[in-house]
Amino acid sequence: MSRFSPFNAVALTFGFAFLYMPIMLLVIYSFNENDLVTVWTGFSFKWYGEMFANRGFRDAAWVTIRVALISSTVATLLGMMAAVTLVRARVFFGRTLFTGMVYTPLVMPEVITGISLLLFFVNFNIDRGMETLIIAHITFTMAFATVVISSRLIDFDMSLEEAAMDLGCGRFEAFLRVTLPNIAPAVAAAWFLSLALSLDDVVVSQFVNGPGSTTLPIKVLSSVRLGVSPEINALSATLIGLVTSAVIIATIIQKTRTVREG
Amino acid sequence: MMIRAVKGLTRRLPIIIPFFWLFVFFLTPFFIVLQISFAEFEYGQPPYVPNFRKVEGLSDFFTQLQMMTLYSYEILLSDNLYWKAFLSSLRIAAVATFFALLIGYPLAYGMARAPRSIQPILLMAIILPFWTSYLIRIYAWKAILQKNGFLNNVLIKLSVITEPLTLLSTPFAVYLGIIYTYLPFMVLPVYSSLEKIDPSYTEAARDLGASGFTTFWRVIVPLSLPGVIAGCFLVFIPAMGEWVIPDLLGGSGTLMIGKQLATELFNNNDWPVAAAVAVCMIVVLIVPIVVFQRVQERDQLRRQQEG
Repeated sequence: MSRFSPFNAVALTFGFAFLYMPIMLLVIYSFNENDLVTVWTGFSFKWYGEMFANRGFRDAAWVTIRVALISSTVATLLGMMAAVTLVRARVFFGRTLFTGMVYTPLVMPEVITGISLLLFFVNFNIDRGMETLIIAHITFTMAFATVVISSRLIDFDMSLEEAAMDLGCGRFEAFLRVTLPNIAPAVAAAWFLSLALSLDDVVVSQFVNGPGSTTLPIKVLSSVRLGVSPEINALSATLIGLVTSAVIIATIIQKTRTVREG
Repeated sequence: MMIRAVKGLTRRLPIIIPFFWLFVFFLTPFFIVLQISFAEFEYGQPPYVPNFRKVEGLSDFFTQLQMMTLYSYEILLSDNLYWKAFLSSLRIAAVATFFALLIGYPLAYGMARAPRSIQPILLMAIILPFWTSYLIRIYAWKAILQKNGFLNNVLIKLSVITEPLTLLSTPFAVYLGIIYTYLPFMVLPVYSSLEKIDPSYTEAARDLGASGFTTFWRVIVPLSLPGVIAGCFLVFIPAMGEWVIPDLLGGSGTLMIGKQLATELFNNNDWPVAAAVAVCMIVVLIVPIVVFQRVQERDQLRRQQEG
């Protein structure tokens, strides 16, 4: 593909404007000092102060972070195992079932995942709280981790691991010392993706959370239902800022690594 | 003998652990949903008559079978609300997918034609909104579309309209929300298939006398079809089950089946009916999901053989 035409430029400008305009407006108006969100009266950090003083937000943020850290780590480990299985073991009993269970959560509407986990927990008398939230997040983010890791694993040359085993490495040691360093960027990407999905999730969480395990997105959803508020604007802008800088830093790190490597 | 068995087991752990996890927390819950959809509604906690316990003998098995009721499904069939919600979800998801393709394809095409050096940046710019909260992005539209929101203010300033329009709580807002949210899911697969097309194909077509449009229509579009199909599935299936978007942007008039499920569960507390709605959704979506999965699997096998 080559030759960039004016039509392409228009499509790009229009597309990116559509994607970014709403987010930009939200960030700009979070610095508005007016109570009415859409009427600009002056620049102020007022709503950021209110946001940080809000205890409910702080508690919910803490729950969200803990759930995300634990679930993304477990999901990445499980995803790595699933990826190794899918890429290497071509034929085994139940392969179709396994592939189905790995890929289906990618497209399954979240309300269905949510209700089935809720009914599962209720049916087996498991109290809803942090634990159920973590289990649910692991279950749906694991699929994404598997896809990211397996796409890198496909390109990995198996003979390297075989060579290590010929030289006396155990199967597990060979994986740890030869394969893992090679797929490390994909593992890191899978972890980040799971983390982001978990931090962001509202639908599944809404179904499986219990008293005392309200996450930030659940809290935001209940206040957004009531209408637009400047405090939520400030919170949104903060989250957007955090995510954007994290993604940019991650990209820069990856860039410098590839430059150094080759 | 024993040692070999243990060794075999540890070697299979990478299969067993994720398999077990998915079996317990992904597959089993579906059967629980199926079973509760046959349960009777009851006031209490949980709001259904438990219809599952250990079977003790053949007569007990039949007693348990008799406890199953199709009542929830009768409600779904007799009440027009559910039919309408299903059809309206199908329509909304289909129309939104079409518009996502209409906006997403030129965008992906422009990205694939942009200079190689800036392509990674463009790619990151498509992915970035996907990392920023889904909820925040829908919320942003609420501020734009409301009565005294940005869009109405701009239109009044430009004297296009004199009275603010009702944009929020309309089907239009729901379409917009879905297209906006799922656009990256369309752009990414389309871009990745466009980007792989060898420029010599288009050059060959041009050398043989094809016009720019013919080249695009007969060469580029067919080659990008796998990406288009993947993108359509990735938009259509989740859009079909949307709950948050119609809840926040739509009004009471916008029926969607995912929203109906949540209403039955959270507001009406009728779990058997909610479970029956979920079962019907799975039945409707199983075909596209299986097709999508086959396509993914074949793609992976092909890549494995190439690599």
